[in-house]
Amino acid sequence: MDNCLAPTRGTAMAPIEGAPGSLKASNEYKDKLMTMDGAEVLAGTVTRDETAILDAWLAGLRAGASLQSGRIREAELQTQAKSVLAQFKDALAEGGPDADGEAYASLRETLAEISRSRAIQGFTPTDTANFVFALKEPIFEALRRAIGSDTPALAAGIVAAGKVLDQLGLHTTEVFLASREEVIGRQGQEIAELSTPVVRLWDGILALPLIGTLDSARTGVVMENLLQAIVDEEAEIAIIDITGVPTVDTLVAQHLLKTVAAARLMGADCIVSGIRPQIAQTMVHLGVELNVVSKATLADAFAVALKQTGRRVVRQQAVPAVERR
Amino acid sequence: MDRIPILKLGGALIVTIQVDMHDRLALALEEDLTAMIARTGARGVLIEISALEIVDSFIGRMLVSIAAVSRMLDAETVVAGMRPAVAITLVELGLELTGIKTALNVERGMTLIQARLSEDHDRGSDLEGLED
Amino acid sequence: MKVSKTETLPVRSGDDVVRVRQRVRTLAVEIGLGLVDQTKIVTAASELARNTLDYGGGGDVRAEIVQAGIRKGLRLTFEDRGPGIADIEQALTDRFTTGRGMGLGLGGAKRLSNEFHIESTPGTGTRVTIARWK
Repeated sequence: MDNCLAPTRGTAMAPIEGAPGSLKASNEYKDKLMTMDGAEVLAGTVTRDETAILDAWLAGLRAGASLQSGRIREAELQTQAKSVLAQFKDALAEGGPDADGEAYASLRETLAEISRSRAIQGFTPTDTANFVFALKEPIFEALRRAIGSDTPALAAGIVAAGKVLDQLGLHTTEVFLASREEVIGRQGQEIAELSTPVVRLWDGILALPLIGTLDSARTGVVMENLLQAIVDEEAEIAIIDITGVPTVDTLVAQHLLKTVAAARLMGADCIVSGIRPQIAQTMVHLGVELNVVSKATLADAFAVALKQTGRRVVRQQAVPAVERR
Repeated sequence: MDRIPILKLGGALIVTIQVDMHDRLALALEEDLTAMIARTGARGVLIEISALEIVDSFIGRMLVSIAAVSRMLDAETVVAGMRPAVAITLVELGLELTGIKTALNVERGMTLIQARLSEDHDRGSDLEGLED
Repeated sequence: MKVSKTETLPVRSGDDVVRVRQRVRTLAVEIGLGLVDQTKIVTAASELARNTLDYGGGGDVRAEIVQAGIRKGLRLTFEDRGPGIADIEQALTDRFTTGRGMGLGLGGAKRLSNEFHIESTPGTGTRVTIARWK
């Protein structure tokens, strides 16, 4: 982009040297503009014309979709626009049109903040980026007012403005997506935690009924939850019931084995229950050996657990005749 | 050099590891424990590690060799109170604590050792009976 | 990938290994790693620091907080100017040991990390880089 600006400066100065008289309507400020490159033109114009730019920008925003949707109040939008423009002005004066530069740090932060709140308020990425892109037209207008008919200077200013505003617009989109991803990640974590409840069957006996497909991320959460519950409940035996797990591949089997091994290191035993016949068959074909105590059903596993912890289940009285039938 | 204190309780030795051990300290503990088992004739060793934030292969090796030496001296080793994160990491690391019994906490660990002690005691009285 | 923080710690004594563990723990907490991930990277760091000390005759570890997109990570580089490893493949095999450990150091550290990279030239030294991502 700098390559484009360099020759522009030369052409912008040519009329002054060649035919100074042709600039009839020029005032002092305009003369000064002639000698500047796009960045300086832009910085000067935004500083000088801040109020007009803000008004035009707000008008544009008001007409735009974001305010109409009722997701944001006008007063809030005004405050945001005002602070963004003020910081944009300072950044331009200090660091030129390089939005990645140090001078833009606080502006980028402000925009990131706005983007994040937009993401939470349910705006689309387009709405969010448009907040910045809507600033283009007012600035182009202001440049035209300031420079008038000097096309090369105007072009240079517009190129500089376009470049920096594009960068800022993309920045808002990036932050927007990042905060969405964060939300999705958190939800994923929550789902993983909710879908793997550890239940206490008896004093010192826990059960973990697994439902759905196990991937390594979810298994990690499952493993941690179960082991923590073992500590919290001072459990001697944990039953991992996989009746609700549709498929068990090598990886899942490995995860199960690791969980069992970790529980053993902590001083608790694990029983795996509910391995369906087809799954057992697949596992044998895959060459996966589940070297753990395994029972057909959760009830069987529970009976074993009770026995291992020195308990016995007995009927208290004779079963009534009706039931015996 | 610092040393980790070893307590004697009945026929058992109890060690609580409360600090992030450097390797020399771990080696010193191994030596001290061996000497103490031989001296006291202890039949059980309880190593409580609930304060340990990591167990790497070096500490793992120390635990395994304490257990192996104890076994030769007719004592049983119980490691108690391993944290879940430590257990998961050990499994991932590929470390198996072979020959070591584990317990959730000191109380459970002592129960395991007591069971061993009373077993020995019973067997001892049987022998006496035979001699008569 | 951006590096937002770098620090270098010496690995010249057994006490340094403990210090490396503690520093890595602090950094892991700082980038928000969960408890299990913290424990994994600290354990891996402990294995590698001990390797640097025992086999490499001491060296340094560089700890960096890195960022790729929204993911933050901790990257550790262990470097020594020791005898180096002639057969890396063999050194990564479990139970392979020339020292007093259980021979789980390198392979174990690899399993505990999301990224693992090793370079070694016999006679010049060894550099092992691991990373754990949030």
